[in-house]
Amino acid sequence: MTIGLGHYLTVAACLFTIGIFGIFLNRKNVIVILMSVELMLLAVNINLVAFANFNGDLVGQVFALFILTVAAAESAIGLAIIVVYYRNRGSIAVDDINMMKG
Amino acid sequence: MIYTAIVFLPLIGALIAGLFGRAIGDRPSEIITTALLMISAVLSWVVFVQVGFGHETHKIQVLRWITSGELDTSWSLRIDTLTSVMLVVVTTVSSLVHLYSIGYMHEDDSRPRFFAYLSLFTFAMLMLVTSDNLLQMFFGWEGVGLASYLLIGFWYKKPSANAAAIKAFVVNRVGDFGFALGIFALFFVFKSINLDAIFAAAPTAVGKTFSFAGQDVDILTTIALLLFMGAMGKSAQFLLHTWLPDAMEGPTPVSALIHAATMVTAGVFMVARLSPIFELAPNALVVVTFIGTLTAFFAATVGLVQNDIKRVIAYSTCSQLGYMFVACGIGAYGVAIFHLFTHAFFKALLFLGAGSVIHAMHHEQDMRNMGGLRTKIPLTFWAMTIGTLALTGVGIPHLFGFAGFHSKDAIIEAAYAAHTPNNYAFWVLVIAAFMTSFYSWRLVFMTFFGETRADHHTYDHAHESPPTMLIPLGVLSLGAIAAGFVFKDYFIGHDEAEFWATSLFRSESNHILHEMHQIPAWIGFAPFVAMLSGFAVAWLYYIQAPWLPAATAKTFRPLYLFLLNKWYIDELYDWLFVRPAFAIGRFFWKGGDGAIIDGTIDGTAAGVANVTGRVIKLQTGYMYHYAFVMLIGVAALLTWLTYNAGLLGSVAR
Repeated sequence: MTIGLGHYLTVAACLFTIGIFGIFLNRKNVIVILMSVELMLLAVNINLVAFANFNGDLVGQVFALFILTVAAAESAIGLAIIVVYYRNRGSIAVDDINMMKG
Repeated sequence: MIYTAIVFLPLIGALIAGLFGRAIGDRPSEIITTALLMISAVLSWVVFVQVGFGHETHKIQVLRWITSGELDTSWSLRIDTLTSVMLVVVTTVSSLVHLYSIGYMHEDDSRPRFFAYLSLFTFAMLMLVTSDNLLQMFFGWEGVGLASYLLIGFWYKKPSANAAAIKAFVVNRVGDFGFALGIFALFFVFKSINLDAIFAAAPTAVGKTFSFAGQDVDILTTIALLLFMGAMGKSAQFLLHTWLPDAMEGPTPVSALIHAATMVTAGVFMVARLSPIFELAPNALVVVTFIGTLTAFFAATVGLVQNDIKRVIAYSTCSQLGYMFVACGIGAYGVAIFHLFTHAFFKALLFLGAGSVIHAMHHEQDMRNMGGLRTKIPLTFWAMTIGTLALTGVGIPHLFGFAGFHSKDAIIEAAYAAHTPNNYAFWVLVIAAFMTSFYSWRLVFMTFFGETRADHHTYDHAHESPPTMLIPLGVLSLGAIAAGFVFKDYFIGHDEAEFWATSLFRSESNHILHEMHQIPAWIGFAPFVAMLSGFAVAWLYYIQAPWLPAATAKTFRPLYLFLLNKWYIDELYDWLFVRPAFAIGRFFWKGGDGAIIDGTIDGTAAGVANVTGRVIKLQTGYMYHYAFVMLIGVAALLTWLTYNAGLLGSVAR
């Protein structure tokens, strides 16, 4: 059995779905959400790399490197926000973050 | 000029006292209004002599008022004998009441307002009696109603006074409704509301009918009855009388001026003024006679058992107004006005006397708490006695008599001469005269004679009134003694036709005044006998055997209660009108307003709140909920776009 494009895409789709459910079903804390977001980004990266390889076009792999860089920066900022939030509110439990309630 | 002055001086006084009373102070307000009224009264007597004996009649146009289509109404003063008589009555009594009020109201702290109202009333009344057209008369008519309302409710902190004021106004509305309809009908038929035009055209409308509810109804009879309805309201005739006794909540000078001498006689004046119409509607006159007789009888019976000194006199007024309407109904307008004239003097005297008693007794009005006041307030006692002598009609036929003797007995004689069915008017009036005598003397005996029933403190401090109150009593006493025999010949005697000239109208078949002098001799003595026996019974009951009234009341308890509760008319109205009105009101309040309107509005509001409440719940504040919604949305949008590829294509293009 050769591993083709479809397998890569399936893995990526699985990762993406896990990421989504990680965001919505998570009741614990915000870091899990951040990790889920990372997971979704990685799923997209797998797609990009898979398509790049499939099409023989390196632009997709370059894009994947850009996304990794931006994701690292985003994670740093996200973690920084979470630290500040914890200092202010004393909790980063998702259930406590509902100040936008109408 | 003199006529304009008579009418407008009181208005000026009212404006000064009403608008600037607070600035110029109590005493100047009193003096200004009273002085202007006195000038007006003096001028009125001058006019009375000029017009009544000099036979000058005038019509002065003050200004054009309303011109619209066929309606052309001027504000003008019609000065003829009838007007001049009313001018004298109104201004004289009014000026005396003004003077009296200075003494009576001296403890009150809003005297400028009181005097402004009094003067305003006088102005409206003068407007009424000088009116040359029905609109102006209606203006005066409503003006006196307004002033009456304001004055009954003068002590507005007393709930009962407010209730009485509203009652007077509302009951008068019923009558005024008829009056207004009558005016409309007159305009509809004659295309004018000027008195001269109507009087000239009235004979042409005799026998004409109009169709109403499938029936042919006589026009003039209908008009006369509608107009009489107005008179019934203003003059407190049976069924529309209920406001008058309650109106006694007002200050006593007001009762004397408005509810005895002037305003309540406006109905009689109106019928006399419109005699050319009433004369042509004999059926309406029958009704007038009947209502007058009924009122004279009814009010006298109720007067027998009342204990409030003012209410006794109020019912007496009501009864005497009935006499006047009987005189109008049988066509003896001159006699009616003569009684109006004399009645104004002695009834104002009685009221002011009662006011003096109340003043002396520190605002005690219940006669059961009086008695023995004869020595304490002798001058008031004599004034009241003269008033009673005049009211009961004391006099020796063909020799001398007090005012009421000439006027009231003339009405009774005319009632006999009129040949009503079974002579009912005559007999009922004689019986009413007996009762009049009884309750009048009962009042005097209960108030002034016997042992006092007042508490010692009040009795010991009872004092004679100040001169400002005694002078009016004196002047009115003079009137009560002399008004009868001095003016008898002119008002109802052989100079009658010349005196009234054209101001009163009698159809050619109306010979009532002639027939009055053709009656059997015993008729002349009937009221005399009734008066004497009334006096005798009162003396027996309240001087000789003071235990008799209670015993009689016990024996005839149902009858006594029936009279004490004023024939249960108020209760009847309460059951007939007030409660259904309340029920309807409650239905519309609870059902219409509460359930339907509030239900709709509140329901809508609650629905909106409910929906928004649900929408609010969507906004949980949890980030991942929003993200989930976004995801669902994106998924739905993508699905939709995928299945509508055509649309997608068109959007792309």
